[in-house]
Amino acid sequence: MSNTLTAGGSKGRTGDKVFSGLALFAGCLILFVLFCVAAFLLWQALPTFSADPADITGGEGFFSYILPIVIGTLIAAAIALLIATPVGVGVALFISHFAPRRLAQGLGYVVDLLAAIPSVVYGAWGMTVLAPALVPVYEWLAENAGWIPIFEGPASQTGKTMLTAGIVLSVMILPIITSLSREIFLQTPKLHEEAALAMGATRWEMIRMAVFPFARPGVISAVMLGLGRALGETMAVAMVLSGGALMASLIKSGNQTIAAEIALNFPEAFGLRLAELIAAGLVLFLITLAVNMVARWIISRHKEFSGAN
Amino acid sequence: MSKRIDVNDLNVYYGNFLAVEGVNINIDAKSVTAFIGPSGCGKSTFLRTLNRMHEVLPGARVEGEVLLDGEDLYGSGVDPVAVRSQIGMVFQRPNPFPTMSIRDNVLAGVKLNNKRISKSDADALVEKSLSGANLWNEVKDRLDKPGSGLSGGQQQRLCIARAIAVAPQVILMDEPCSALDPISTLAIEDLIEELKTEYTVVIVTHNMQQAARVSDKTAFFNIAGTGKPGKLIEYNDTTAIFNNPVEKATEDYVSGRFG
Repeated sequence: MSNTLTAGGSKGRTGDKVFSGLALFAGCLILFVLFCVAAFLLWQALPTFSADPADITGGEGFFSYILPIVIGTLIAAAIALLIATPVGVGVALFISHFAPRRLAQGLGYVVDLLAAIPSVVYGAWGMTVLAPALVPVYEWLAENAGWIPIFEGPASQTGKTMLTAGIVLSVMILPIITSLSREIFLQTPKLHEEAALAMGATRWEMIRMAVFPFARPGVISAVMLGLGRALGETMAVAMVLSGGALMASLIKSGNQTIAAEIALNFPEAFGLRLAELIAAGLVLFLITLAVNMVARWIISRHKEFSGAN
Repeated sequence: MSKRIDVNDLNVYYGNFLAVEGVNINIDAKSVTAFIGPSGCGKSTFLRTLNRMHEVLPGARVEGEVLLDGEDLYGSGVDPVAVRSQIGMVFQRPNPFPTMSIRDNVLAGVKLNNKRISKSDADALVEKSLSGANLWNEVKDRLDKPGSGLSGGQQQRLCIARAIAVAPQVILMDEPCSALDPISTLAIEDLIEELKTEYTVVIVTHNMQQAARVSDKTAFFNIAGTGKPGKLIEYNDTTAIFNNPVEKATEDYVSGRFG
């Protein structure tokens, strides 16, 4: 044992240095990769911004080309989130707090399995099973709720619409939201759950008082991860949606998302068209970045009450 | 507004494991009763059966009767949620809800079951409860700050304020001072002394001096060995338990000669 204060064991210190170096390297690597992606997109997309507006697809400049598919992307992701968030949180809650332990375990496996299915399989399922099955529903909607712009008829006869794409996307992001939420719900401190129960809270009140406030930032993160996948999902949307011009109705063929637009046109694109598609990719990149920043901001807004202090 | 508790032949189980066996005890209204005994003797487990918190754990169950002023808490048709709203509990570690402000913490139990309360009533209740827990002067200027920002002792008094805000019949305390420093402990002990003028208080403690200081009656629990059920060995006036115990085991324990 050393009894000087100046030079401790040099062995532990080397380990410290190596580890901190590794951590620093990993952090820098992420920034570097991100920077390279952004630089590549920007570089390759540049011709689009300097080109004559008349040469851009649609003939009215890049902005009017990209805007409809940005909106289409956001609509598809929004539909997916609207469906998947309540279902995902509900399933997670059932697994973590309501189901008998045996059933909960099985259900957890099944949900995780959903995440392992390749997106092309979802696409095939959406195209051949879900879309035709939804046709009568869309017809009913067009007939009875047609006065609402989003359900305006005549309904698509193939069922390959924005709403179908949104539903397929929601199934795809469901496992992400469910398994992350479940993990967070399970980590709720017993102390707080018991505090609520001991005051005479019912199980639902206990969940509202102790589980949700604790899990809130984590659930938001889970939803944002799901949103990231919904925004960037390519194959399933390309297969399920028969794209077209932007329109309000979700049950007619039409609308397009950025990722599907790129995937469908990339193989035959060259020159300016290629630059356009890469510029579209850049826009998608920026949207995802913005979404993540908003999520961070939402989480940090309630920092004082997070329980971390 | 306080009731007495009478327990008849209570057996407490975790699954098939008998944790506490054959407890008979009569706890007077408006008194402080202390449960003492070595670790693992089942005193906390038994305490949790008094407001049906025991059965929150999977597989946990009881046999026997717990009568609150003659009404069996384990009778058919009794709602555990209703039981817990009448019998408050303070835990070993302070557990205010971290996402709620001090004010909301106090009102948490009152707002349960969709009860509505006007703002002026709520303000009055917050002041009354926090004053009742000797915390009002320390927090009155920061009621909208999170409860988790208080010191450990203040948090524990906040939990007591939260428990008395719903005007319970009985307050159960499970080693309420074991995570606190001596000064905070003293504050809680003074508070217990005041609480017994209005409530029936039952306290589990590891600290025999504390039991001697705060309680009117003391129950000594013991366990014959690992895997054996805990039992109530002796229950009497606190002075009798500490000065003149009937059982040899009690005498050994309170005099520190345990073994």
